[in-house]
Amino acid sequence: MSDRPILLKGGHVVDPANGVDDLRDVLLVDGRIASVSPSVDEVPDGTLELDVSGSVVTPGLIDPHVHLREPGQEHKETIATGAQAAAAGGFTAVIAMPNTDPPIDTPAAVGYVLAAGRKAGAARVHTTGAISVGLEGERLAEIGEMVQAGAVAITDDGHPIMDSGLMRLAMEYSLNFDIPVADHPEDLGISAGGVMNEGLVSSRLGLRGKPNASEDIHIIRDLLVAEFTGAHLHLQHVSTAFGVEMIRRAKDRGIRVTAEASPHHLLLTDAAVEGYRTEAKMNPPLRSEEDRAAVEAGMIDGTLDVIATDHAPHHYDEKEQAFDDAPNGIVGLETSLGLVHTHFVRTGRISLSTMVERMSVAPATAFRLDAGTLSTGAPADVTVFDPEAEWTVDPSTFRSRASNTPFEGEELVGAPLLTIVGGRVVFDAR
Amino acid sequence: MNSSVSGLGKDLVGLERLSAAQILSILDTAEPFKEISQRRIKKVPVLRGKTIVNLFFEPSTRTRVSFEFAEKRLSADTVNISSSGSSVVKGETLVDTARNLEAMNIDMVVMRHGSSGSAQFLAERIPSNVVNAGDGRHEHPTQALLDLLTIRDHRGPLDGQRVCIVGDVLHSRVARSNIYGLLELGAEVAVCGPRTLLPRGIEQMGVRVFDRVEEAIEWAQVLNILRLQLERMEGGYVPSLREYNQIWGVSSERLAAVDRELLILHPGPMNRGVEIDSDVADGPHSVILQQVTNGVAIRMAVLYLLAGGSPDSAEAAKGGKET
Repeated sequence: MSDRPILLKGGHVVDPANGVDDLRDVLLVDGRIASVSPSVDEVPDGTLELDVSGSVVTPGLIDPHVHLREPGQEHKETIATGAQAAAAGGFTAVIAMPNTDPPIDTPAAVGYVLAAGRKAGAARVHTTGAISVGLEGERLAEIGEMVQAGAVAITDDGHPIMDSGLMRLAMEYSLNFDIPVADHPEDLGISAGGVMNEGLVSSRLGLRGKPNASEDIHIIRDLLVAEFTGAHLHLQHVSTAFGVEMIRRAKDRGIRVTAEASPHHLLLTDAAVEGYRTEAKMNPPLRSEEDRAAVEAGMIDGTLDVIATDHAPHHYDEKEQAFDDAPNGIVGLETSLGLVHTHFVRTGRISLSTMVERMSVAPATAFRLDAGTLSTGAPADVTVFDPEAEWTVDPSTFRSRASNTPFEGEELVGAPLLTIVGGRVVFDAR
Repeated sequence: MNSSVSGLGKDLVGLERLSAAQILSILDTAEPFKEISQRRIKKVPVLRGKTIVNLFFEPSTRTRVSFEFAEKRLSADTVNISSSGSSVVKGETLVDTARNLEAMNIDMVVMRHGSSGSAQFLAERIPSNVVNAGDGRHEHPTQALLDLLTIRDHRGPLDGQRVCIVGDVLHSRVARSNIYGLLELGAEVAVCGPRTLLPRGIEQMGVRVFDRVEEAIEWAQVLNILRLQLERMEGGYVPSLREYNQIWGVSSERLAAVDRELLILHPGPMNRGVEIDSDVADGPHSVILQQVTNGVAIRMAVLYLLAGGSPDSAEAAKGGKET
């Protein structure tokens, strides 16, 4: 399938991998980056010329942590709606988590997700495979075959590996396949029954808490196991100040660790739960202002390498329940770019280049994806966004099947304009 | 939406957001209603024509019966729904239950539910008045109000009183409502119990913490002793009921160590020989049964105020004193 060549003219190209942060034309031919230069004059016949002056052009954004719910929970989201939501959010690729029903713990299941992703024809859909059979934390799943089938990492996300011995085996085994072991760090013993951060707010509301220690214990354990196995550990959605500090020190020690910051942990605290707002219920929970500030500092200095949404769609009926009964998670694909751009780039806390590092370069590097760069010959995965576009978060307009977001009504600046995957426009807001 | 003139608003979800004036207006309104329950004909027509649903998702005897007496003595029409045998166990969601109630045009709902925040959830979704009869570990406002009334009956204004809540504060909606109400009225509040059963951040709520019940007794003028549920031992929060009684049980020996006479409250039902010894429960300073009596008056006052009654006209509403 060969699409028309595309020339993106006059955009502000931000491509940290090549040290570009300037006005450039970008030519895409045969699904690849053909040329990036101040002025591309010669283009193949039939080239679609798009004037993107005033817009920012970046290597395609990647969200390395999404829940697409298929198979098994298609009332919340499907691979197709999730991939379309990703494209609408400016993402050219996502990495799906394996906690579906049945879980992604076999090569066949990996193949199913990838095939459904290709069929969706929107953002690229990559997938992780489970660490353990059935996400049960007891014995290793067929990790080697899942990697051969295309899995880019292993994780039991949402079902933390409580058995440190199993985590050791998973990390050792991962070395054979050069994949990261991603972990949702949580000691289920300490967090048992918890539905929000443990602190003054939980005590006042009479809700059971998950203390920071439940996350910190597993972060430390995982770092220690990563150090002694030499494996690449990827810590998901870090939410505590102590956790950020431990990761910073681990990197100084040379431990192979990458880590995520989510937009909600960067921007919200457990005060958002007041009024028993189930849109603010997620795991790990929103924590204190001290923790939020530490996550922000960690994202800014690169301790937390990547911004990942933990896109977790739920049906509105499921969220419209008593707080204890509502499921964890919020959608993030269609708000992430706007939130990060508004609150961090426009405020001057990070540069556009750093944003692209956190949302494209680092996720590509961590998960060994052929992406994150506009180098000649690279796949033509490109995000174009309008940095001045003002918009208000309105879940009713989401491509996602779900609308559970605490950011409803937020006024943001910066919106996706074009999402191009393999040289083909999969989202066009012009 | 019927907003009442009492200043309570549409619902009574908890005491956390009530002002001292609002709390006192409920206590003052309860005073004239106490007398109705002493009459031979225990009924006044204050809520005639009002329909009230008592919606109990958790088993309850004393709170449900207390509300029901309060409603009947005010001449309301009442329906009881309990979790066993209702559509609740058939998987109907709380929001659907709420919509069905709304469709039947009822005036008030008294609800007990196992989830914190459920009373507010319901209150935000139906136009009827909602009275929280206990939501999870959050609040049980009428219980705290009857505790406040009982303390005031014996010790006068709450301002400056030293009240210690003893026991399982972590799981207790009674404790939270008491803390909010007592602090708002100017009392000093402490809690005492195993640290496994005290919520984190409790000091930031403005209460002292005593590790030893002897220290609590030394400090307090009033003890509000919470029930230790058997499940807490099964959940591993305390090693055994025997040990709990040995270390935190309120006994006459422990009370005898101080010169002061401590007022003894307990929200019931009691585990005699666990959190409270029988000679304390049945002793001269126990006001546990008066709490039950006051409970009916408090609930009458709350229902009356939410229905739009004014504190000033409560005496007239009940038809003056029976002669």
